[in-house]
Amino acid sequence: MVLRIANAQAFWGDDSSAAARLAAQVPDLDWLTLDYLAEVSMSIMAKQRERDPQLGYAKDFLEVVRSLAPVWRSGRRLRIVTNAGGLNPLGCAQACVEMLAREKVHGLKIGVVSGDDVLSLLRRDPGSFRHLEDGTSLDSVAAELVSANAYLGACPVVKAIADGADIVIIGRVADPSLTVAPCIAHFGWTATDYNKIAGATVAGHLIECGTQVTGGISTDWLDLPDPAHIGFPVAEIHSDGSCVITKPAGTGGRVSEQTVKEQLLYEIGDPAAYLSPDAIVSFLTLSAIDEGGDRVRVHGATGRPPTEQYKVSATYRAGFRATGTLTIFGRDAVAKARRCGGIVLKRLEEAGMKPQHSLVECVGANAVAPVGPRVEESTIRETVLRISVADARREVVEQFSRSMIPLIASGPQGTTGYAEGRPVVREVYDYWPTLIPRSAVTPRVQILQTP
Amino acid sequence: MPDAKTIRLGDIAYARSGDKGAGANVGVIARSPAWYETLRRHLTAEVVEAFFKPMSVGRVVRYELANLGALNFVLPKILDRGGSVSLRIDAQGKALGQALLELRLEIPR
Repeated sequence: MVLRIANAQAFWGDDSSAAARLAAQVPDLDWLTLDYLAEVSMSIMAKQRERDPQLGYAKDFLEVVRSLAPVWRSGRRLRIVTNAGGLNPLGCAQACVEMLAREKVHGLKIGVVSGDDVLSLLRRDPGSFRHLEDGTSLDSVAAELVSANAYLGACPVVKAIADGADIVIIGRVADPSLTVAPCIAHFGWTATDYNKIAGATVAGHLIECGTQVTGGISTDWLDLPDPAHIGFPVAEIHSDGSCVITKPAGTGGRVSEQTVKEQLLYEIGDPAAYLSPDAIVSFLTLSAIDEGGDRVRVHGATGRPPTEQYKVSATYRAGFRATGTLTIFGRDAVAKARRCGGIVLKRLEEAGMKPQHSLVECVGANAVAPVGPRVEESTIRETVLRISVADARREVVEQFSRSMIPLIASGPQGTTGYAEGRPVVREVYDYWPTLIPRSAVTPRVQILQTP
Repeated sequence: MPDAKTIRLGDIAYARSGDKGAGANVGVIARSPAWYETLRRHLTAEVVEAFFKPMSVGRVVRYELANLGALNFVLPKILDRGGSVSLRIDAQGKALGQALLELRLEIPR
């Protein structure tokens, strides 16, 4: 039997009405996956938890739970697996229980998977952790660490499902594992069925970014039908790990060989070794066959045993930054904009506050990717001047924030677009990836029950 | 080349890009199986590295996915100091695919 898994949330801030819509559009849907965690999301959650120990998870998820209450009250079994738990999966689960009680949904089980938080391990022995890309020691940033979470695999999620969970709330887990876990539980695969797990990992990789596989950000986006009603993706997964990627009938967007291949290649390195905690997957044996009707069959993934380490995503405080924009219109707009940028940076320097990092960009004048065919600058009559600075000292960035707006009166004629006011000073959190031995991490599973 | 013609990469391929730490990747997929051979022969790591040189890219690595008619290019260090701290407007490398599709390839007629 086919297992139908849809993704209803690709990132924190994505369309939170998608879950209820999918539930209505796909009556035989088995699982929803919702992904809230980008690399630095945990730092935002850490900040929220500092203010209130009850927080530290994706509160938006509660709205999704509320929107699905009528589905559950009708007796339908639609299950959810999500990393909305962030730094506080138990807090998130307790809030869900309260929400479900208020919405008169009874008899649901909430599985909580924790144990991904390894911050204390990194703090205790920073010298033993190396940056995954540049090999530097954690010592240099250990004092500024804010969060550190191991990407758990499907195993503890499978345990929660086996314990009867209708909603599984996790902190950090590898994105594809959100899809792999329901497959293992449903089809009774073992942890060493690597080819099947590889297939489900590919399915998870394909749907984890939501509408990116249904035509969103595709090269030929302008030809996409009905983009205002773009459908979220559904993976119909078979017992051998192969799948059909599709979307609900009547929705906009497109699922084609092209949209699927584009998403297969999204954010990957060596396609022979896509690393997940459940398997090392090769994309080199895959086939993607367009069956028409917004259905693409993906099969042939091969897997081998995963590595002995979990990847860890740590974040640390890395100073402050601000970005301000002004629009410059008129003859020689780009030359004028560059001159404005120079003025702001010069004044900062004269005030003894030269920022550690600064960048002046003229949007519309080859700023986004200054490669390939260029627009001739002298022909451009309007540009968005974008100035960014970053520094460990907050006062430097604050000084910058104050020094941009005076250009409205002292800059070139045609300086406009200043309705946003002063640039906002933000704390910066940098991402610090590393590895940790599996033996150092103990995933935990508990079950909460709605009244 | 005397018997060569110039084609825009976007006419024979589509692409997708995204960030990987301080680097990024660009997947380039042939619009037809015949074009894959053209890509494999002419869209080398060196060509792509030269194209992105103004953005201070590191050593470009190319992977072949013949089964999908695709090439994957890993572009180290192209995001300055990485997506979360880079000051660039395209801090996540989302635009690099669109940029590369404007590359002109010289291929034999």
